[in-house]
Amino acid sequence: MTQILVNGMLLSANYALIALGITLIFSIMNVLNFAHGQMFMIGGFVVYYAVVVWGLPFPLGLLGAAVIVGVIGMVVESVFFRRVMKNSSREENTMLLAVGTALLLENVALSLFGEKQRGIPPIISGVYRLGDAFLPANRLLVLGISLALIAAVLLFVNYSRTGRAMRALAQDRTATLLMGVDVPRISTLGFGLGAALAGIAGALLISISGVNAGIGTAISTKAFIMIMIGGAGVMSGALLGAVTLGFAEALGYAFFPGSVTYLIIFIGLILFLLFRPQGIMGKPWG
Amino acid sequence: MAAVLDATADTAPNRGTTEMRRFLMTAVPLAIALYGVIPLVVGGQPYWLNVLTNACLLSFGSLGVWLTFSIGRVNIAQGAFALIGGYTTGVLTTMLGLSFWIALPLSGIVAATIGILIGWPLLRLRGIYFAMVTLSLTEAARLAFVNAGSVGHGVLNIPNPPGINSPLAFYLFAATMLLAGFVAIWRLNVSRIGWVFRSMRQNEELASSIGIDIARFRVLAFAICCFMGGIAGGCFASLQQNIYPQTYTVADSINFMLYCFLGGLEFVLGPIVGTFALVIAFELLRSIQEYQALVYGILMIVVMLFLPNGLLSLRGLISRRAGGAK
Repeated sequence: MTQILVNGMLLSANYALIALGITLIFSIMNVLNFAHGQMFMIGGFVVYYAVVVWGLPFPLGLLGAAVIVGVIGMVVESVFFRRVMKNSSREENTMLLAVGTALLLENVALSLFGEKQRGIPPIISGVYRLGDAFLPANRLLVLGISLALIAAVLLFVNYSRTGRAMRALAQDRTATLLMGVDVPRISTLGFGLGAALAGIAGALLISISGVNAGIGTAISTKAFIMIMIGGAGVMSGALLGAVTLGFAEALGYAFFPGSVTYLIIFIGLILFLLFRPQGIMGKPWG
Repeated sequence: MAAVLDATADTAPNRGTTEMRRFLMTAVPLAIALYGVIPLVVGGQPYWLNVLTNACLLSFGSLGVWLTFSIGRVNIAQGAFALIGGYTTGVLTTMLGLSFWIALPLSGIVAATIGILIGWPLLRLRGIYFAMVTLSLTEAARLAFVNAGSVGHGVLNIPNPPGINSPLAFYLFAATMLLAGFVAIWRLNVSRIGWVFRSMRQNEELASSIGIDIARFRVLAFAICCFMGGIAGGCFASLQQNIYPQTYTVADSINFMLYCFLGGLEFVLGPIVGTFALVIAFELLRSIQEYQALVYGILMIVVMLFLPNGLLSLRGLISRRAGGAK
């Protein structure tokens, strides 16, 4: 039982990074980032190349993943989304553009990195024991970094000037514009930050489970489950969703084969949405 | 085929001859392309016939997704219903020994029934919520079949439809299905129901306030979509002679949706144009091997960036440009 709780916590912390990133992008841009999983995957590959191919230390790889994926996010926002948001006739178009971006990134990754599953050796070795649960030091490190980053993101969004501008943008785009905030710059920054979080999540998880070029859709699906549980566009909801999914997964894997776990999660999710379509923290609409 | 056209000609809405002329302007070239041009050009090449058969069946499924777009829902579940249809055809023909011609309509009906049961509550969701939940549905359907006991490893040796045993015959069958689907959706779209659907896309509350039973109409749209997905899946299962849980994944559901979008959401012809353009482009790019996926992805994003309202919106753009130049 302790093991399940430990596993749940480890998963939750990692998923929280993914969920925070996609929520940040959604609340600022009102775009559901279908490419989130692909950004996660690219983050993982950056670390793989840094650590295994070029022999750089892991922290440098992590930084590289955050910067590279962050820049990809900013480019995608300023080149793709801004253009389409300006001259499309239906609101679905931005979502479909996100799907297109996801396919583009996945295809680029397939061409560049090939189809093989890639992993890196554990960053630090050793195993701790907690009661009757095993706690590999590597996973503990990943948990620590994740928690620190979650705290940093929350502090940044809640207390920095840029973070305040982002929250304002999420509330009311026009009003924010009228208050003299440089909206395009904040949008780009927000998209970049969200993407960087996905990249970091991938960079951290590659030391545990590895990545391959096709993993994106599965990760995006998980991100969607989390924001459906928590409520789209709400930071606290994203964290709640991540914790729920993390523990549900840890519990499920302990008692069922892998594919049954997710089937149960999906059925549970659909039943949950019948009673609370806007998620736990989301605002009801219409 | 002529009979198909004539039958619809008689029942087409009599809202003036403009509607009829517009219909014929689209349906006749489509029929000529499907029955004349394509068999003439690729009739001797089984490989390309197969590709175009796929394109016809995928278009058929996309037409259904297009209908859910017309009520303002982004539906990423078509893969799930194609899977259900494929499995229904597979199980009915191999295990129960039913004829394909009975199994196929049943596949559509089973898919539509499941669509109604799931769609009734879920269609309350909108926007990204509906998109996300339908995406989850595709994955849930795959997992459900993986865990469905003996059929979880796939159904093999599904017979070809009786009487259809050459690639050309199968192509003509798929083309006929597509044309029939196109005619049906066009007819629906110009009928009163089509107007109801469009009014729901613009504003559901308003539609409801003038006495439209929105819950029933959105389930109707979704059920038709699922029916078409089920039929397409059943045909595929029979064409490929097998069906596995991983035959349709989230990627396939996403493709169904993208075909509609790239063709143009404002046109009934949109999903067909989008599917054929993308399927043929993907095949043509096969010669550049490892860059196939890359170039395909770039092409797709370029279309999205420069023609955000679909390939068919090009016509409107050109005529507007030409009109402006005069």
